Amino acid sequence: MKAVNLVRWETMLAAVLIAAFAIFSALSPYFLSVDTLSDATFNFTERAIVALPLALLIIAGEIDISVAAIIALSSVAMGLGSAHGVGTVGLVGIGLGTGLLAGCFNGALVTIGRVPSIVATIGTMTLFRGAAYAVLGDRVLKDYPDSFAIFGQGYLIGPISIELALFALFAILFGLFLHRTRWGRVVFAVGANPVASRYSGISVNRYRFALFALTGLFSGLAAILLTSRLGSTRPSIAQGWELEIISMVILGGVSVWGGKGSILGVVLAALVFGLMTFGLGLMNIPGIVLSIFTGFLLILVVAVPALVNRR
Amino acid sequence: MSVTFPRITDSARRDLAFAVLTLALFLAVTMAFPGFATPRSMAGLLDDTAILIMLALGQMLVIMVRGIDLSIAANLALCGMMAALFNRAWPGMGVAPVFALSLVAGGLLGACNGLLVWKLRLPPIVVTLGTMSIYRGAIYLLSKGAWVNENEMSREFLAFPRGEFLGVSVLSWISIAVAAAFVFALQRSKAARDLYAAGGNPEAANYSGIDPGRMQFLAYTICGAIAGVCGYLWVARFAVAYTDSALGFELSVIAACLIGGVAIAGGTGTAVGVVLGCLFIGIIRSSLPLVGISAFWQMFINGAVILVAVLLSARQRQFKRTILEARA
Repeated sequence: MKAVNLVRWETMLAAVLIAAFAIFSALSPYFLSVDTLSDATFNFTERAIVALPLALLIIAGEIDISVAAIIALSSVAMGLGSAHGVGTVGLVGIGLGTGLLAGCFNGALVTIGRVPSIVATIGTMTLFRGAAYAVLGDRVLKDYPDSFAIFGQGYLIGPISIELALFALFAILFGLFLHRTRWGRVVFAVGANPVASRYSGISVNRYRFALFALTGLFSGLAAILLTSRLGSTRPSIAQGWELEIISMVILGGVSVWGGKGSILGVVLAALVFGLMTFGLGLMNIPGIVLSIFTGFLLILVVAVPALVNRR
Repeated sequence: MSVTFPRITDSARRDLAFAVLTLALFLAVTMAFPGFATPRSMAGLLDDTAILIMLALGQMLVIMVRGIDLSIAANLALCGMMAALFNRAWPGMGVAPVFALSLVAGGLLGACNGLLVWKLRLPPIVVTLGTMSIYRGAIYLLSKGAWVNENEMSREFLAFPRGEFLGVSVLSWISIAVAAAFVFALQRSKAARDLYAAGGNPEAANYSGIDPGRMQFLAYTICGAIAGVCGYLWVARFAVAYTDSALGFELSVIAACLIGGVAIAGGTGTAVGVVLGCLFIGIIRSSLPLVGISAFWQMFINGAVILVAVLLSARQRQFKRTILEARA
């Protein structure tokens, strides 16, 4: 029954995607061109890259509200590194390293400190974003080396940007990991019933810690892409993204009760999100109108199974 | 009336310790900077903290029954916009109808959250994430993206929260009244005991004739009504209403609750603790410039305070689930 619901939701997302595609192509003559569609991918790939590990974390019954703050912290760290003459390779190391450390900090709070993850990460969200503000104040860092721009602005082949290629690569890797490996099954088990998992010999806390670290690492990666694309760092960078990224994951059919979800759903939700934002933008409808649609969709994704199960 | 719960006395002990800590912080700052304790600057501190106090009290009710309201700031902004538009259309009608409108509208928006959580048993975090987006979008549709500025607001509309009585602003008096009502009602009323019971152990509450879902509905509705009133007060205080008013404030409100000792697992929380939590944040905020630390450190310090508070309370209790709670 549950599996059937999940399949249904992904089919629904695919239908929404196709419908949106058809409607926008009919309404705007500029929509259906390779260059336009390629541009459209930039407005969601960075968020979608964080949505992948976050989906695993939510399936495992945890949540991370601090992802956007980690992006800000990593970006500030890279900005400071760059101001001290660190080269592009070094900056990538700083970005990923900061994200990983921040993720490990979250993981330690939840596993060793035994703080509920929503509480812990609201705390670290304030701490990390606060650190970005404390260090930068109202300054802007923008002395990035020219070669650093490639990650957020470069193209791999033709119209396929490096950002999009990275997202596609990681979507496949995460999909294989979650749905085809033993570790992926353990992630589901931990989320569905942590107590039973522990009794079956799974070191639940080790998985939790690793997933927080992974989410931090990918937030660091998103920070590299975003900073490289914008070419500057302000402490307010990626403000409000945490709830957008979580929305993306839930829209993908991942259950906040844990133990349920698929990478395909998250990828489809990311595509719907990106396509709708871009299409509405082409028609001069501001993004905030889309948020009404997103809001209804969010409630729908949890209400439909609830209504079906009731009967 | 004389019924007491062990967990409430635990909370009382925590409140006392936190009160001593807050007082110590206050005295330390006052000792170093005597100008800090003047009635003028105290009134300013209270005025700055008043809206946070009211919102945090509303949020506390929701968290107490194992929910969370992420839509609280969007609700505030939507009701604030309604109040501003109403006032622009009928400037002669005074403050009373504006106040009533924001109260009722906020209550209805909160009730929407409550109904979805109660009747469909949907996860609170998803419901309020959804309504947060919808309410924000509704502000845009209502205002067509335009700002309502000071010159479009009537004099009474702007003056009401700023009026002074005994040297303290009306806004502060409203928050004092709300806080007093919470302290009294949470200790004395049957509804409050039902709320604590429903949050502490929904199954046991169910067997003793309390519908936990109905309690959640009640909490969301009250929280919404408070957010609605704060919407008008916010717009009048800052003399502007726009789509992004109080953007992201929901997480600050939740953070204030956490500092005030409200446990996300439900069933605990006191009005005194939450008010102290807000005052603690307020004292730090207004003393930073005196101590010579840039205001940009405020958020970092808040984060550190939250983490210390939640680490301490995590040591004291064992929790079952980490992502909000298991199905009620």
